[in-house]
Amino acid sequence: MQKELVDLFTQKAQAVSAIVKPVGSLKEAYAYAADICLNKDACQLLMSGCGEAVSDAAADLCAAKSADRIIAAPQFEGKRLKELKAACDKAGITLLTEGMRGQLAGIDVGFAVADLGLAETGTLVVDSSSAEVRLSTMISEINVVVLPLSKLRKGSYDAEDELSAIIRQAPSYMAFITGASRTADIERVLAIGVHGPLELHILLWEDS
Amino acid sequence: MQTATKIEEYLKELEDSLGNDFQRKILDTFAVAYRTGRANAFAGMDVKGLIDEIAEAKDYSLARMDALYEEFKQKAEAMGVKVHMAKTAFEANEIIARIARENGCTKAIKSKSMTAEETHLNHHLEEQGMEVTESDLGEWIIQLRHEGPSHMVMPAIHLSRHQVADLFSDVTKQKQDSDIQKLVKVARRELRRKYVEADMGISGGNFAIAETGTIGLVTNEGNARLATTLPRVHVALVGLEKLTPTLHDALRVLKALPRNATGQQITSYVTWITGPNECKSAPDNTKIMHVVFLDNGRRALAKDHDFSQVLRCIRCGACANVCPVYRLVGGHKYGHVYIGAIGLIMTYFFHGRDKAKFLVQNCVNCGACKEVCAAGIDLPRLIKEIHARIQDEEGHPIQSKLLGLVLKNRALFHALLKNMRWAQKPFAEREGQFIRHLPTVFMKGQDFRKLPTLAPKAFREMWDQIRPKVENASLKVALFSGCVQDFVYPEHMVDAVKVIARRGGVALDYPMKQSCCGLPVVMMGEKEAAKEVARQNITAMDPADYDYIITLCASCASHLKHGYPKLLEDDKALAAKVGQFADKVIDFSSFVHDVLGLDASAFNRSGEKVGYHAPCHLCRGLEVREAPRANIDLAGEYVATDEEEVCCGFGGSYSMKFPAVSRTLLAKKIANLEAGGVSSVVTDCPGCVMQIKGGMATQGKPIKVRHIAELMAERLK
Ligand code: SF4
Ligand code: SF4
Repeated sequence: MQKELVDLFTQKAQAVSAIVKPVGSLKEAYAYAADICLNKDACQLLMSGCGEAVSDAAADLCAAKSADRIIAAPQFEGKRLKELKAACDKAGITLLTEGMRGQLAGIDVGFAVADLGLAETGTLVVDSSSAEVRLSTMISEINVVVLPLSKLRKGSYDAEDELSAIIRQAPSYMAFITGASRTADIERVLAIGVHGPLELHILLWEDS
Repeated sequence: MQTATKIEEYLKELEDSLGNDFQRKILDTFAVAYRTGRANAFAGMDVKGLIDEIAEAKDYSLARMDALYEEFKQKAEAMGVKVHMAKTAFEANEIIARIARENGCTKAIKSKSMTAEETHLNHHLEEQGMEVTESDLGEWIIQLRHEGPSHMVMPAIHLSRHQVADLFSDVTKQKQDSDIQKLVKVARRELRRKYVEADMGISGGNFAIAETGTIGLVTNEGNARLATTLPRVHVALVGLEKLTPTLHDALRVLKALPRNATGQQITSYVTWITGPNECKSAPDNTKIMHVVFLDNGRRALAKDHDFSQVLRCIRCGACANVCPVYRLVGGHKYGHVYIGAIGLIMTYFFHGRDKAKFLVQNCVNCGACKEVCAAGIDLPRLIKEIHARIQDEEGHPIQSKLLGLVLKNRALFHALLKNMRWAQKPFAEREGQFIRHLPTVFMKGQDFRKLPTLAPKAFREMWDQIRPKVENASLKVALFSGCVQDFVYPEHMVDAVKVIARRGGVALDYPMKQSCCGLPVVMMGEKEAAKEVARQNITAMDPADYDYIITLCASCASHLKHGYPKLLEDDKALAAKVGQFADKVIDFSSFVHDVLGLDASAFNRSGEKVGYHAPCHLCRGLEVREAPRANIDLAGEYVATDEEEVCCGFGGSYSMKFPAVSRTLLAKKIANLEAGGVSSVVTDCPGCVMQIKGGMATQGKPIKVRHIAELMAERLK
């Protein structure tokens, strides 16, 4: 049953061009995020539009972009934060847990843990009540999200009680995220990353 | 936007749109791709069941609109959100402008909202000196071009990459390439800055959940997330019909909305906002949040027993995606702010009769929208109802009034038709099949297909001679000919009688007091005449006397079966008979195939390659799809061709009123048949025969056009 759900989730998420990978532990996930951040091509940075012929005002914002490689993980604290920090330090990456508003030109990697997964549509549910989480999952060029498999449900109806619990801890800002930000507004041609992340990586974590 | 003030202007605009090759091509590709996309997205799901559930839940909410509003308000205000009720569009705009003033906001970033389009919010705020930027890519593009949306989900679908590149070159003062991926990145950069600068975020709301005071937003781009996160003030402008009791209701709609809209299982982002959230640019680190509910006639509409269903709409845009007229002329000519089938209706309710009056006439009544509507709205019927209402309000045009008067009096109508036989003589071609030419007043734009002449003898005049003698009948059926097969194509009826008689045991009757089914007057907005004719027909053929009432005309069949009960729903005295009558109506193909069970043993099958045109009112109106194709295959070789179920453009008086659209639909139909390599085509409706046969004759194409009864009779053993 679990395997079927995982397969379904994987298939649906891949169908919207998410990258889905299993990880054995959170540490492995940290290493993955650091790796992605480091190996992210310089030209991938250009994918976010800074290389295009934009207006002067928009170019100013590009110039504000930090030269360092950055991972933002505002959900993290305590022991987990320490471990993630260690992985980032090792790779020479700056780890941020707050101050996203200072990074609106874009950060390299947003790193988060999902609260639920919905297999039928390949959807991640991320409680984004924290403004930092909301932003890190939107302004990152690559969004890396760990989905603990104990939190994988079949569809939205099956997760209804848990979803309802999230929206009832008011105020609440709950996000369903399925694939990367996309548009087909020009000639119905699919283009990824119009406002949010250009890539979504989902790490399936066998947590129990 | 529909701005024409005279029908001639509107017709001219339609001609212009038909000449827009780019738009035609993109909408064509989309219409075809959408069908597959939708089917894949719903694969394995009970779509009908889901649509029924949505309709039921929406009706439940609509009946409790005021209570849900109170519940939402109480929940949201307890969390610190300000909830407003705007009675009119102006009031909504004013409330939002006031919120801006009170909070010192000067720059707004908006995520897509049809409701804000409805109220022309941007215009209002800009007049007050605010800078408003749309953040949805399509909306931003049309905002920069000072246009309205041409589709509810893909507002800039009418524009090419080159047009967008030119536009972006102006905006950035840099030369832009027409590479779509690059253009999207340019928009990303330009708009990111706008989010940073904005001090007010404006969103719509796909859901307003009363039990928790939650606003739900469905987007692909994620722009709603940024617009509701960065600025310190968030205003959601939401139509009252979006109020729904529980999260479950929203999740249910979410199962249908993206699938029906674009064939996606779900959109990239769905955002659920409950209460004022953390916001670092706001005082006290808490968002200033307002929800403005828009009435603008919705509360009254929710109480209308027939039209309240309009408010079930979940704005998926599917009714435009499948509409053959939309596909040809585009959203700017097939809607005002709201687009497509639902747009025609909403234009009347939200933007007024002047904007709606030509639009509603441009519906060919093919039923494609109704078939895919995620909320089960009876769109084509409501469009015709509005047409009738507008005529009641503004006065009936003389032609339609006359037709209504004539049809109400069967004897007069039939006498006129018989007289026309003589009158048409000077205009007929020598062999008498088609009208050669008519005085130009009648013929403007009509020469794209030849029109048939009236037959020398009507079916009703032949009936006594051809009526089969049947002993020991096990079935008793009545024939309903409709006007076209009675007076223009009686040969269809004669052939049908031959085919039915083949099995034996079927007693046939042709009640002489039957008249036109009344659909033409429905199409012309003459509802009272339509009711009167319906009553006459039900009285003319007492359903208790027959096992079946057969018709060879798909349009008559669907009107008799589904139109009559609706038209006469208030006629208590006739209620039982109307129900019986409707139950007994059956189309010729289904009768032959399902009831008589005629099989291969009755036919000399030929090798002729025969295509099929599925009449709108048969495939969608009656959901009859297999029987006709199986019947064809008994007599010849059925060859499937592209877009068999797309309208041929006839639509009764439609083809006279909107010849340019009708002509283009017909041209596509003929091209698809030709491409399918068939030597003949059959269909189940005399109107479609008239249209396609006339078109083939004008274009000099060798493809033979017949009613399915003719093909079957020809190959009968
Ligand atoms: S009935 Fe056909 S023509 Fe009329 S709105 Fe619906 S899809 Fe369009
Ligand atoms: S009327 Fe139906 S099909 Fe059209 S947008 Fe509304 S829900 Fe969708």
